[in-house]
Amino acid sequence: MSRETMEYDVVIVGGGPSGLSTAIKLKQLDSNLSVCVLEKASEIGAHILSGNVFETRALDELLPNWKELNSPIKTKVSKEKFLFLGKTKSLSWPTWLLPSVQQNHKNYIISLANLCRWLAEQAETLGVEIFPGFPASEILYNDDGSVKGVATQDMGIDKEGNKKESFEPGINLIGKVTVFAEGCRGHLGKQLIRKFELDKNKDPQQYGIGFKEIWEIDEKNHEEGLVMHTAGWPLDNNTYGGSFIYHAENRQVFLGYVIGLDYKNPHLSPFDEFQRFKTHPAIKKIIEGGKRISYGARALIEGGFQSLPQMFMPGALLVGCDAGTLNMPKIKGSHTAMKSGMIAAESIHEHIKLNKNLSNYDDLFKKSWLYEELYKARNVKPSFSWGLILGIIFTGIDQILFRGKLPFTLKHKHADHETLKSAKEMPKIDYPKPDNIITFDKTSSVYLTGTNHADNQPVHLQLKDPNLPISYTLEEFDEPAQRYCPAGVYEVQQENNINKFVINSQNCIHCKTCDIKEPSQNITWVTPEGGGGPKYGNM
Amino acid sequence: MKILVAVKRVIDYNVQIRVKEDGTGIVTDNVKMSTNPPDDNAIEEAVKIKESGKATEVVAISVGEEKAQETVRKALAVGADRGILIKAEGIVEPLAVSKILQKIVEKEKPDLVFMGKQAIDDDCNQTGQMLAALLNWPQATFASKIEVKDKSLEVTREIDEGLETIEVNMPAIVTCDLRLNEPRYASLPNIMKAKKKPIEQINASDLGIDTKPRIDQIKVEEPPKRKAGIKVASVEELVQKLKNEAKVI
Repeated sequence: MSRETMEYDVVIVGGGPSGLSTAIKLKQLDSNLSVCVLEKASEIGAHILSGNVFETRALDELLPNWKELNSPIKTKVSKEKFLFLGKTKSLSWPTWLLPSVQQNHKNYIISLANLCRWLAEQAETLGVEIFPGFPASEILYNDDGSVKGVATQDMGIDKEGNKKESFEPGINLIGKVTVFAEGCRGHLGKQLIRKFELDKNKDPQQYGIGFKEIWEIDEKNHEEGLVMHTAGWPLDNNTYGGSFIYHAENRQVFLGYVIGLDYKNPHLSPFDEFQRFKTHPAIKKIIEGGKRISYGARALIEGGFQSLPQMFMPGALLVGCDAGTLNMPKIKGSHTAMKSGMIAAESIHEHIKLNKNLSNYDDLFKKSWLYEELYKARNVKPSFSWGLILGIIFTGIDQILFRGKLPFTLKHKHADHETLKSAKEMPKIDYPKPDNIITFDKTSSVYLTGTNHADNQPVHLQLKDPNLPISYTLEEFDEPAQRYCPAGVYEVQQENNINKFVINSQNCIHCKTCDIKEPSQNITWVTPEGGGGPKYGNM
Repeated sequence: MKILVAVKRVIDYNVQIRVKEDGTGIVTDNVKMSTNPPDDNAIEEAVKIKESGKATEVVAISVGEEKAQETVRKALAVGADRGILIKAEGIVEPLAVSKILQKIVEKEKPDLVFMGKQAIDDDCNQTGQMLAALLNWPQATFASKIEVKDKSLEVTREIDEGLETIEVNMPAIVTCDLRLNEPRYASLPNIMKAKKKPIEQINASDLGIDTKPRIDQIKVEEPPKRKAGIKVASVEELVQKLKNEAKVI
């Protein structure tokens, strides 16, 4: 099949903070470079989900006059709280006893989706071509094995793989350099890491699943600028996770929960843990009388320094969470993603202009504050594999006394898909039914995401072995996809007493959790037709 | 032959609509906007007619705020030749839109005006009919099939009783149903080309049209929540409940 080809100096896959910062920095370095950004969502920001308490360090460097450019960064953090939750009680932890990486008084509460929309405007003003609704579905290689570019998804293919009347072939986008900025668990980034063995001698990558709801709450409960985090209930000591509650503008509260995907009990349902969390008296009193207006979920990357793959390869670079630059103890990945993109842009500029090797990206990275930040943060997440209490004690010593400079590096031992124990060995969890006031079911939640995929298209959640979910995973792990999927995509239905594995792919909110957690790595997330997926507003 | 196609920028059909708390309207901040779906069918049909050699030019027009330009641009990306944006702030009611279109029709002299049968935001289903009245042109509404003849159109209409086929003389107004065709995707190269196609911008006030709403919107509220369903054990119970509780039989 012949496809049209378009050539650019730099092709960027993904219109999040890392991809857009790469694009902006490239144009600042040389306005003659031709740069395009592909985005699978119907518009920039529609697939982005993040807390978000934003540290402006990278943005201060990228666009020093951002305050004059009508940026959506407005709500300065005014107050901070940290609570340990017991089942009904809560203990407030003095913020002066928090490591400095967890102090936020210089930061802002923002919507990352709106930040990205604004960054996209800045990029377009500089001449960057941005193409929303065009997923990059395939990597193109040169004869010498180097990355040549990407192909966009064919449009108008039916369920059986036949061309519909509206068929529109994808386009080959060829770049001198291709930058992969797909975010956590990018489906092309994953292929590149494997093909070029970029994770050789690195620890297995670690992930979490993050939920977020936006609530409009009663004025008397709202305190604009208040940032609150919790640890503890409803998770047990051995499950890594915690919540965030950010009081944004317009009486909105960004409320969310993150659970490490290294959890062991297959009966655990991250979605239901999040819903249950909201029933805690300390949380319920904030949102009571309010209204939930948005819902979403997305996997996030937590491996940090030890798991960070080599970020360059012939013809291409990885930036942001596609590589894994999130700073876990800081619970922030936006400024680090942006910085990685800016460094990538510098190395690409030197590559194109001075013919320097792309490995220069690694040298520039190692000299940057980003490297220093990730290095210092490296021991926090692995210490929580000893449980919440020991993790906190160790983190106090590591981050407050030694400021991340302890002379050793803890390892991540297992990939997240390896950690589940047999369903028979682990206790079942009885989750309370939703009350439709504070807590909700998955169906009504997904409804709020505006998720849609054109019907009559191939299923974009592919099974390597279609029999495995019933023949093995159901038996061994009670098919945990039914629970780890935050959108109810996976169901086990009974038909004439025969179990059937059902994939409701049109519900998929593109979080990538199934691709990460499936114990046999049997599920592969690929791009659906362009524009499909959630339509997040100010996530 | 020239075809003028009117397209409207509306909240995307996948987005869950939220009513403002004070009841003055619906929330449009941070909300994904798209082309009104049946307007996509209108553009598609016009482009198809052009591709069949029966039309020479397709002009896309939208009335609305500056950002409605994106909607015109989308029409250009799927095959319209040039665009017109009539700038007007706030809600522009069907009568004002049809008066604007009347002015543009007088200027552009198209043989056909296509548009969606109704917009999914206000569901008015009036603009095409009002424009036909203002121009004193024939109209074919709810078109699910259009055949271009020499000086007329044969149009199949979706009506309550089934399908009705009528013939209208040109020039004519056609409002399009979703069943008319399957709109094509905008390809990347065509999106690039669309960026270079001209969009003429005109202020509604410069056309001498007053776009101030004539209808006072008193209150917007959400429809009442649907109650959960119940399961009945028998037909008798169902009949009894329909009679005594629902009071529908």
